[in-house]
Amino acid sequence: MTARRPWRSALLWALAPIAFLSWFYFFPLVRIVETSLAHGLTHEAGWRAALPDWETVVQVFSFTFRQALISTGLTLAAGLPIAWWAKHRGVPGQRTIQVMLTLPFVMPTVVVAAAFSALVGPGGLLNLWAMRLFGLSDPPIELLHTFSLIILAHLFYNVSVVVRIVSGFWRELDPRLRMAASVLGANPIRQWLSVELPLILPSLLSASLLVFLFCFSSFGIILLLGGLRFATVEVEIYRQAVSFFNLPTAAFLSLLQLAVTFATMKIYTQLQHDSGRALAVNIGEVAGYQSQHGLRVARWLALPVGLFACLLLLPLFALAFQSVSLGDQGWTLQYYTSLFQDVERGAFLASPGAAMGNSLRIALLTMLLSLALGTCMAYAVSEAPPKLGRWLDPIFLLPLGTSAVTLGLGFIIAMGPLRRSPWLVPIAHSLIATPFVLRVMLPSLRRLPPSLRAASGVLGASPWRTWFSIDLPLLVPALTVAGVFAFAVSLGEFGASLLVSRPQHPTMPLMIYRFLGMPGLMNLGMAMAMGTILMVVAGCSMYLLDRLPVNIREF
Amino acid sequence: MQRKFGNPVWRVLVLTCLLGVVLGCAPDGESLTVPPAPEPAQLILASHDSFNLSEEVLIQFEESRNVDVQYLALGDAGEALNKLILSREDPLADVVFGVDNTFLSRALDADMFIAYESPLLAAIPDELELDPDHFLLPADFGFINLNADRMWFAERDIPLPASLEDLTQPAYKGLLVVQNPATSSPGLAFLLATISHFGEDGWRDFWQALRANDVLVTSGWSDAYFEHFTVGSGGGGTKPLVVSYSTSPPADVLYATDGRQEPASVNVNLPLGTFRQIEFVGILKGTPNLELAQAFVDFMLDIPAQEDIPLNMFVYPANQDAALPELFVQFAEVPSDPASMDSAAIEMNRETWIEEWTRIMLR
Repeated sequence: MTARRPWRSALLWALAPIAFLSWFYFFPLVRIVETSLAHGLTHEAGWRAALPDWETVVQVFSFTFRQALISTGLTLAAGLPIAWWAKHRGVPGQRTIQVMLTLPFVMPTVVVAAAFSALVGPGGLLNLWAMRLFGLSDPPIELLHTFSLIILAHLFYNVSVVVRIVSGFWRELDPRLRMAASVLGANPIRQWLSVELPLILPSLLSASLLVFLFCFSSFGIILLLGGLRFATVEVEIYRQAVSFFNLPTAAFLSLLQLAVTFATMKIYTQLQHDSGRALAVNIGEVAGYQSQHGLRVARWLALPVGLFACLLLLPLFALAFQSVSLGDQGWTLQYYTSLFQDVERGAFLASPGAAMGNSLRIALLTMLLSLALGTCMAYAVSEAPPKLGRWLDPIFLLPLGTSAVTLGLGFIIAMGPLRRSPWLVPIAHSLIATPFVLRVMLPSLRRLPPSLRAASGVLGASPWRTWFSIDLPLLVPALTVAGVFAFAVSLGEFGASLLVSRPQHPTMPLMIYRFLGMPGLMNLGMAMAMGTILMVVAGCSMYLLDRLPVNIREF
Repeated sequence: MQRKFGNPVWRVLVLTCLLGVVLGCAPDGESLTVPPAPEPAQLILASHDSFNLSEEVLIQFEESRNVDVQYLALGDAGEALNKLILSREDPLADVVFGVDNTFLSRALDADMFIAYESPLLAAIPDELELDPDHFLLPADFGFINLNADRMWFAERDIPLPASLEDLTQPAYKGLLVVQNPATSSPGLAFLLATISHFGEDGWRDFWQALRANDVLVTSGWSDAYFEHFTVGSGGGGTKPLVVSYSTSPPADVLYATDGRQEPASVNVNLPLGTFRQIEFVGILKGTPNLELAQAFVDFMLDIPAQEDIPLNMFVYPANQDAALPELFVQFAEVPSDPASMDSAAIEMNRETWIEEWTRIMLR
């Protein structure tokens, strides 16, 4: 709490996160790399044989970079206007659209791929309509297994990261700065460029770093929608580790991937560090004020933004459509009814209701754990002297840029009896979710005016009291955004490949995979129905999570 | 400000803590580490993600032996085996089910099984027993073949393909969807069948011709079958031929949505163009319950479980005395002449073949 002893205070905050990462991240990682390299040393042809050929490595890395950069750029371009619109309070339909935009985040890739295929595949809805409408003989949209489809899917998954993080931060900006610029004669473009943009820059950087990292380690989308022609580093690691059991090569690629992401994050966090400003938070008397003109424009824009969001979310509609459609033979609810029928599904499968309970319970645990750890991380980084902070920040982000396949194998050898424990599930999800919390919290924390804390201290409040009455209330909006993402990361089973799964205690995505593993239209239908239920459950929970802090504020 | 915020924040914090406590107390009723086995004893079965068995069959074993069988799913067949090999010093399970013949030599080389000559091997055909030392015992088998959309071919008056060579003919241009052998086990099996059929000299030409004939490659079985196969997708797909299993047509009836009595897909068992996948069961070294594990292997190979396997996992029972379900008899004919391929040759060449295949399909 005390700014006078930054090293001590930063290290105190960092204690819990470092312990967590050491046990559940660094230890398994070191163990698997060690084992893999030992494997390489005993290799008949010597460990040099394990090295991949450099041409492929360069090719794979440059593709991985390229697609991640393009995806990030386009996601920012699409997300920023929506974020501006979403920052206004009191625009009709806003909350619903925000929640809907976050839905893709929880959808398993197989289901999304199936939905994309049902929409833009050669026999998909759009192609059928276009062919019928224009009397074409060949499907006009040829997106399957193209680069564009990969980018489109990344956009679909990640736009909400930009929208939520930026709009949450933007909304809390002190409007007086802009008013001052206006009074001083700056036109709206000038106001935006020289006042607002620099002030929201930290959140923009945060969001784009997260999107970049996600796309950089993209796996399922590349395989399912990109087909054979495209391979990211993660895909190559999977091929080496799982198909060929070539552990030394896989370990080598993972380390290289780690080094590259670390370097990227280092540069990035540096940028962000330089752009933080502690003056711009919307507190007290001006809270709730917003420009009437902006609000009017935002209201008018509700319809077009809504339409744009719907366009982006078409695959989700296709999914819901498939779950009640019988093709040419009309409509049905039988997938839902048979999902909930009490039929013999085998000794190792639970009911969908149980899966829903498991998913929600794990998601809540993940949320609490990663909020706690992520907040500690954010404090550690923001209290640390620059020299230390610039290292701490990228280290905390590492799990997000690490190969899930490699880390999963690490868990198998390093976790002992814990690897079968149900507790490992929220822990593994938290590894992915804490970087989100950190990235969301950090910009908000950095702009807290130190004068408020100082005043509280002068008035005799203990450090805890100051934290509780000053920091916490001001951080509630960021905590909400972070909490929703942590929850969604868990519901969407990010990092599920890290784990040994116990099908007696399935989660919703796990059941979907189960259904899609067996032939038959009923299985396909039940997978789609389960996907739709997942969507509804996620939507409702996120809606409630979004409401929570508003209730606190209005109290 | 303190008044305004302090109170409700407290509430939320207290609520959150309470929630945490409640949640913390009830995680599936299991403690942080696996508890020391009281009664009943615990037997852990590791398998791939598609393992399944009927409740009433498993219960017979659990009750007669006073044991609780836990199932761990370790990913797809290759992933599961790799995890088991990595953890052999500190085994994840007592019994492993589902190592197949494409991975047999990798599994045996890892030296992690306890040999067990089950009395039930007598009922299992010798040709399935690929491991003479009985470290791994055959439990079931299936065939990777082509499935075709019966109506699609009938309506257009095109005959079903009669040989692998036919697939490269103009009549079948753009009709077939296969899986990437690097990421899918039926994809690998089909590649192995073509290598065995055309030989080391001819398989590359075949795949080049197949590529020229517009074959579609997907990453896994489920996207090929559910998104692109006309029957499996319920109309959205555009490919009437798919690499799948000879047991998929029965599933088309069992999991039908319109009560159909006959599958819309038929098996196309091309001569020497199908691949037999045999799944094995074995006991892991280091099991504290050797006697129980052996009993479980016997149970898996005995008639009740063997008769239960087909409709749960869509494979044929290894035990000859097990009766086949009616659907299998009607719609899942066993191919008479599958391709033959030695497990050791597969393990030795897998990487080279897959890399070469990838180069051919991308160039």
